[in-house]
Amino acid sequence: MMFEDWQAFIAMGGHGLYVWMAYSVAVALLIANLTGLDRERRRTRRHLQAQLGNRTPGGLDASEAP
Amino acid sequence: MTLKQFWHRLGSPKWFFHMSGPWQGAFAVLAVLLLLTGMTWGLAFAPPDYQQGNSFRIIYVHVPAAVLAQSVYLTLGVAGVLLLVWRMKMAQLVLENLVGFGAWMTALALFTGAVWGKPTWGTWWVFDGRTTSTLVLLFLYFGLYALRQAIPSREAAGRACALLAVVGVINIPVIKYSVEWWTTLHQGATFKLTEAPAMPASMWAPLLVNVLGAYCLFAANLIAKLRTAILRQEPGAAWVRDWAAGEVRP
Amino acid sequence: MFAVQFRRDWLCLMRSRDEAVNPLVFLFLATTLFAIAFGGDPRQLAELAPAIVWALVLLANLLSLEALFRRDLEDGTLEQLLLLAEPPFAAVLGKVAVQWCVSGAAMAVLAPVAALLLNLPAAALPALMLGLLLGTPALSLIGAVGAALTVGLRGGGVLLALLLLPLHLPVLVFGVSAVLDTMAGVGAAAQFYWLAAISAAALTLAPFAATAALRISVEQS
Repeated sequence: MMFEDWQAFIAMGGHGLYVWMAYSVAVALLIANLTGLDRERRRTRRHLQAQLGNRTPGGLDASEAP
Repeated sequence: MTLKQFWHRLGSPKWFFHMSGPWQGAFAVLAVLLLLTGMTWGLAFAPPDYQQGNSFRIIYVHVPAAVLAQSVYLTLGVAGVLLLVWRMKMAQLVLENLVGFGAWMTALALFTGAVWGKPTWGTWWVFDGRTTSTLVLLFLYFGLYALRQAIPSREAAGRACALLAVVGVINIPVIKYSVEWWTTLHQGATFKLTEAPAMPASMWAPLLVNVLGAYCLFAANLIAKLRTAILRQEPGAAWVRDWAAGEVRP
Repeated sequence: MFAVQFRRDWLCLMRSRDEAVNPLVFLFLATTLFAIAFGGDPRQLAELAPAIVWALVLLANLLSLEALFRRDLEDGTLEQLLLLAEPPFAAVLGKVAVQWCVSGAAMAVLAPVAALLLNLPAAALPALMLGLLLGTPALSLIGAVGAALTVGLRGGGVLLALLLLPLHLPVLVFGVSAVLDTMAGVGAAAQFYWLAAISAAALTLAPFAATAALRISVEQS
């Protein structure tokens, strides 16, 4: 650890505002990116399964009904 | 498997989809682990720069973002060639789905650069060689996005964007050279990023970790976006239905 | 093919003269606007003059590029052109050559007048002219690729500017710095070589890229 205490760590030798601004935006972007990927993945899967549910035997799709 | 076979299979969405399944999670987890390690290391354990003090720690998020910004554009250019010459289906998906990620990384590089510039250069923005070429890169991404939005036909939009990406990649070296020429002419070397050539390992090791983490994030994005796009593109294909059925009833 | 296309486009242009002089009118109007709006020390204006003239030439060129393929797309000529057995890039080159004559060569000849309005020293005028002569072919050629990609699209003008400005940046940089170096008494040979090299590279690659772009645009419209 390069810092003596937490206060020094937060202050970053007077450059705390800049350092923490850069890191917080980077981390926010990382979280947004990864959760966005996961959300898209889930949405696509739900969408596909909804389509599939209409076609499984037993639950005949209205369009396929005689 | 020979290289030629691999090449052909890479062009097949179905093969890619089945292959990439285990990889997407692995890359995402690896990216998070590496980036968290690198950031903590860089924030708390790397020594401060003898000139810039602690503001130097911004390098650990700035450089990986800048590296990705360029790598993503280069990838788009390669995908452009693959689409124009071999009409590879996967290349079109790459072109359609990677522009946003690249633009965000470019924006992050510019933002962290500005935040670093304030304590170091005394100003948020300087038309320095590298900042200018990064800004131009952002415009190139915007151009790709706008062109895709403007063309109604999906196939035509893909090929138009492919052509634009290739032209952009050819131009990037000239752009970089020209702006460096221009800024050295106007401002001398005062505003060059002062990176000592012999940066000690305790300083560059966390950077290396973060750059590797950034590439893992790139891979995770590429795979996840391609998988989603493949499923959306062929929702009726038999193999997609089989796969979805397997997901429903394990 | 090149000659035929050149002659045809040249005739079209001469019949609608206002289209031919529009870029020049824009250049002079905008220069005057700058000079009046600045209103300060003429010596300071002289330092800005190379940047202003080059940027305005670039924009004027951009304005005329938008119309480069539009009429030919609308009346179907473009489709015919691409269906011919002869390679269409010669015809594309012919069209670009006509566009360059009006918004490249003519600009290079008359830009010194605009530069004098901005108080640019006479000693720097040859560098401005030479730079424009060497650099504007690249602007027109690379511009043709962008024009081909956006022809027939709604809101094509702004889109064209967005696509082309990043690609035109090197020409602008070398062009302006050539004039500035000449004003400072340093040789500017390197910048002229660069401008010539960029134009030569654009001459060999851009007609093919523009042809490919036209095919994409025509197929979908």
